[in-house]
Amino acid sequence: MFNNRSFGFYFFATFFTCFVLFLYGPIFSIILLSFQGPDGGLTFPLNGLSIHWFKELWKGAGVVDIGSAFRRSILLGLVVMVLTVILSVSAGLAFRKPFTGSNLLFFTTIASLIVPSIVLSLGVALEFRIIDDTIKKIGGDYQVDWIIDNFQTTLTMFSSGLGAQLTWTLPFGLLIMFAVFNRFDKSYEEAARDLGASSWQTFREIVFPLIAPSIVGIALFGFTLSYDELARSSQVMGDTNTLPLELRGLTTTVTTPIIYALGTITTGVSFLVIGFFLLLYALLENLKKKRQL
Amino acid sequence: MSWLAIPYGLVFIFFFFIPLLLTLIVSFWDYNEYSIIPDFIFENYIYIFDNCFTFSNSLCVTFKTYLSTFFFCILAWLFTLLIGFFIAFFLAFYVKTTKWQIVLFLICTIPFWTSNVIRMVSWIPLLGRNGLLNEFLLDLSIISEPQEWFLYSEFSVILALVHLYTLFMIVPIFNSMMRIDYSIIEAAYDAGANWFQVLFFIIVPLCKTGIVIGSIFVITVVMGDFITIGIMGGQQLASIGKIIYVEMSYLQLPSAAANAVILLSITILMIFIMTRLIDIRKEL
Repeated sequence: MFNNRSFGFYFFATFFTCFVLFLYGPIFSIILLSFQGPDGGLTFPLNGLSIHWFKELWKGAGVVDIGSAFRRSILLGLVVMVLTVILSVSAGLAFRKPFTGSNLLFFTTIASLIVPSIVLSLGVALEFRIIDDTIKKIGGDYQVDWIIDNFQTTLTMFSSGLGAQLTWTLPFGLLIMFAVFNRFDKSYEEAARDLGASSWQTFREIVFPLIAPSIVGIALFGFTLSYDELARSSQVMGDTNTLPLELRGLTTTVTTPIIYALGTITTGVSFLVIGFFLLLYALLENLKKKRQL
Repeated sequence: MSWLAIPYGLVFIFFFFIPLLLTLIVSFWDYNEYSIIPDFIFENYIYIFDNCFTFSNSLCVTFKTYLSTFFFCILAWLFTLLIGFFIAFFLAFYVKTTKWQIVLFLICTIPFWTSNVIRMVSWIPLLGRNGLLNEFLLDLSIISEPQEWFLYSEFSVILALVHLYTLFMIVPIFNSMMRIDYSIIEAAYDAGANWFQVLFFIIVPLCKTGIVIGSIFVITVVMGDFITIGIMGGQQLASIGKIIYVEMSYLQLPSAAANAVILLSITILMIFIMTRLIDIRKEL
């Protein structure tokens, strides 16, 4: 059954190949089209070959400030990545033994993953709107000059925006931790403890090296999902825009390959990041195997 | 050690529970052009179902929008399920070495870590009026003039949804398949079962959990979608997510909240029905 020389094998291998073409074909077509000459349009055939559209993008070409949106997205992605790793690894450790509310927290995690993003975005926006109104009211009632003169809003990229993205990245982190600890051999830790190691030492010397590759996996999810996140953060970034938000705006206004050039760059960044994390994962996995021998 | 879960829990209290609770509360508030006003009124809900329960021939806007959202849901679910199931099936049973399984699985996963907007934009050169698909069909004389409906239509929305979310089916179904004890399949085969019988009477029932989890993901993501339907529908098609989004941009927050409460209730109901079939926690 399911022989890899059978008709079925070739049939499904062809199906799989078609699926991969379906997944990657479009993205490679825009990468190709972004390297067109100045007369190029949005469709094939290629009109010349140049880096004209990247230069246009670099100049700004009248469109919004892509450079700073790009930097903001990278920075936010890094912050989300660090928080996702720390919070989900520590929560993952806590979940190894049942505790009061552990079931509730688990179902919250799943619920957060599947709640419609627009609903969550609206909720967070409402929350910060009400906080703003309250602060302004306090400022007015008690004549706090600082609030009356300077206070604008608490709804910013690193408050509401960050929080909304964490509700999307943390569940992936915790689920990865679950998968890790379900297959975890406890005898190493027990041996360490028997030899008198404190719980911090056990974590630092034994558990951490064993789960390090998976932590790299969590970091990969944390960064890439934040860097490309749009639905949840769409209403809660305040007056700053991240790259995905700018990109969505550009889809309705830009009619030149400049948008493909931008797509090529963001996809290139994503591929570099993914490649880096996968390499790091493989490296740590190898190191772990060597240590275990 | 349970204190280690406190920071994680706090994030969800502050950015999940309180926001959802506030959405429910604010859906009963009043509003004007500049502000939202604490109150307890049902106007926001009454407005949503305006003309919905009169016996006229045309459906009200709300019901029409839900029907169109369900339409996208069902088609996206059907295609992601069929494609996702057979991709997982190939990876789990025909690919024999773990190394190749990991490599091919990663190939399916990598696009998930790249930008959704760019993945949608990347359909323009293929589906547009002068796109590859039109040129190809013109060359074969299957069509006599370029078709407009490939892009910015229901078709392109569903294509993009399948493109973006088939992975949500592949992962849980593949996970279920990897747990199937291969000796069961061998036994069925030895007892004379053919390929189809093994597939439909052994593998499909044992993948029920994976199928349900994948379905929950795809259905909930499409129910609340406003970005894919917006971009790939050329901002012309309706969905509940888009109604909420538009109301928010006009600062009609209580009205948006009422729509969100209804959307969330319907989504929860759909999930509840699906989870009756399985226990998610056992599957990790």
